[in-house]
Amino acid sequence: MMALWEHFQNFPVLWLVVTLIVFMLASWVNTKAGKSPFLHPVLVSLSIIIVVLELSDTDYPTYMQGGQFLHLLLGPAVVALAVPLYDNRSLIRRMLLPLLLGSACGAVVAAVSAVAIGYWFGLQNEILLTLAPKSVTSPIAIAIAEKIGGFPSLAAGLVLITGAMGCLIAPFVYRLLNIKDDSVKGFVLGVGAHAMGTAFAFEYGMLAGAFGGLAMGMTGAFTAFLLPVLISLSGL
Amino acid sequence: MIQGFLILFGCQLVGELLVYLLAVPIPGSVVGMVLLLLLLMLLQEVPSGLRQVSEGLLKMLPLLLVPAGVGLMTHFQFLSQAWFELLISLFVSTLITMLLVALILKAFASPESDGEEKQ
Repeated sequence: MMALWEHFQNFPVLWLVVTLIVFMLASWVNTKAGKSPFLHPVLVSLSIIIVVLELSDTDYPTYMQGGQFLHLLLGPAVVALAVPLYDNRSLIRRMLLPLLLGSACGAVVAAVSAVAIGYWFGLQNEILLTLAPKSVTSPIAIAIAEKIGGFPSLAAGLVLITGAMGCLIAPFVYRLLNIKDDSVKGFVLGVGAHAMGTAFAFEYGMLAGAFGGLAMGMTGAFTAFLLPVLISLSGL
Repeated sequence: MIQGFLILFGCQLVGELLVYLLAVPIPGSVVGMVLLLLLLMLLQEVPSGLRQVSEGLLKMLPLLLVPAGVGLMTHFQFLSQAWFELLISLFVSTLITMLLVALILKAFASPESDGEEKQ
């Protein structure tokens, strides 16, 4: 029985099937829970899968023999973000200056403030490099962490937590600064809380959602291009 | 469909090649995204095969993130030591970022878009 399981455990397709089933289950749970950002399908899925792996005594590399096929598709998915950006080109052209300034400043401040606070807490360098891309949509954050020497899977987790926090913080910011404009609401969510913020922005309407997606794409690109410069300046 | 995949992987490949030749620590896929945006602006339209594949991939993007997220299991020991510092860093930094971006956009965008929205 044990020998059979040890054999079965090494089928890559097994972990693909497990991931798909768990994700469908997690999406169903999330819908039932009123799309709460704290029960985000990705957060629920990875928690369940980690428990399954621990219980079945399976290590991460064994799981990734199947998981890598999904992971590989993150690359073209990042490239595909260009399509919604192109679709919104008239919106971008109309408000080019504030959008560029907002996403560039947001990208810099998000990275610098997270790293500065982490540094103040005395966290080690690899962790600081993992904190840097935390406001960026996960596929880009994972790619950035891989490139600059952080931990990609920890980055994925931090990004998800940031997203949930951002959805919680946003309504407070709107009240504090008396923001009524849906485009501003969406953009703030997209810069601070990436794809989870964008999904949340659609609750305010299509315009807010479009601006959220725009902010997410622009902030992701800015962070990817600016972080290497900031890191060489800071000497991390 | 196949043409769509070819365009996406092709842009990523050229992006990765550029990043390697220039020796900069930027993800090749992000460079590929910028290349595709330039390409679309030249073409003035999104080829239908590309739109089909792109929308499909973006719809299942959350699923694609799961394998990397499961890798958190390799960081449990560290997380049990530093979870508080990490949560505070994330919370304060996200709050500062959102306040700043909201202030910038309020200063710039509001007068203009207010006028447009109240038509």
